[in-house]
Amino acid sequence: MVGGFGSVGQPDALIEGLIEQGARDLTIIANNAGAGHVGLAKLMAAERVRKIICSFPRSAGSVVFEELFQAGKLELEIVPQGTLAERIRAAGAGIPGFYTATTVGTQLAEGKESKIFDGRPYVLERALQADIALIQAWRTDRMGNCLYRESGRNFNPVMAMAARMTVVQSCGMVPLEDMDPEAIVTPGIFVERIVVVPDETRAASLDRKAA
Amino acid sequence: MVCQSRIGIPTLVADAIPEGREIILHSENGILGFGPAPAPDKLDPWLINAGKQPVSLNPGGSFFSHTDSFAMIRGGHLDLCVLGAFEVAANGDLANWTTSAQDAAPAIGGAMDLAAGTRRIWVATEHTTKTGTPKLVERCSYPLTAPAVVDRIYTNLAVIDVRDNAFTVIDMIPGLTREELQSKTAAPLFFEVPEYA
Repeated sequence: MVGGFGSVGQPDALIEGLIEQGARDLTIIANNAGAGHVGLAKLMAAERVRKIICSFPRSAGSVVFEELFQAGKLELEIVPQGTLAERIRAAGAGIPGFYTATTVGTQLAEGKESKIFDGRPYVLERALQADIALIQAWRTDRMGNCLYRESGRNFNPVMAMAARMTVVQSCGMVPLEDMDPEAIVTPGIFVERIVVVPDETRAASLDRKAA
Repeated sequence: MVCQSRIGIPTLVADAIPEGREIILHSENGILGFGPAPAPDKLDPWLINAGKQPVSLNPGGSFFSHTDSFAMIRGGHLDLCVLGAFEVAANGDLANWTTSAQDAAPAIGGAMDLAAGTRRIWVATEHTTKTGTPKLVERCSYPLTAPAVVDRIYTNLAVIDVRDNAFTVIDMIPGLTREELQSKTAAPLFFEVPEYA
């Protein structure tokens, strides 16, 4: 699982690490299928991804995905964005499946179990778990507690819950006593590893904003 | 009122809200109360909308995760969603995610969740495709996003309500005749608007 929405909140340094590490035949769960030639697009270009499960593969600059997909070198499972988030949440919460009205009456509901509740039809969706989640957080402490920044939160907290191992790319560590317990979004119980990667380009633009 | 306006023509909604109307815009990537694009020197790389364009946050705005964002959508908490469309049928069927079962790279995003979960669905679209093919049709030929969900359509030519499995024109641009509008529409039109011509 790889967090982020577009490039915001996407742990690019961890994806670089995955490319160096050499894992192959990967199934990637992410909202988008990469853009340009960095991050997920770079991982796919190295032909290390067998399958991608996502909601919006085709977007501006998703050239690597489109080439590989058209050449038959990449399997695609397309999932509506809310169903994707909820399938991941279900896995993290120990729920094997759930019913949703999303996709009812469309080709994506074909072959899925359906049921009527209070007169309205719903389809059964299964939980989606991963071996590894790579996420990005704004601030972390040594307990693994995470804060996010603005729209950089997106899929990161829910993915942290749904993997056997969650690795956080953190923009900065703070001492335990400086972390506000009321503000923590992802409690450290969901986090196994932290890699600190200061976000200098973004920090610079934030300084400019504050100035 | 809480509203979602989608990628494409609907992104123009944010700029068209008249002064004095408090419309809270929702973005599926975890923002309530986003505002217009900031000045180039105030760009914030952490703050984008669902179309991945830079936005600002209005006072009273909030950030949340995808889980909460789609709980708002699926749970029926949004009053209105404005989406683009490939086709809309007279019974309110919406097709806007793929043009065929063999489409190389379809793209759903949040459209199916919004179509199924929002109280009112408006479509904002050109009246025809670039080649002049009607987008308002008797039955959709493309795979559906959701059946019987569209309430109203805003095109470059007219405003059309979907009522009782039929298109009812409630406004038209000046100078356009009913016959011309009908010739660009592939389903019967009913009119509740005087001709300006």
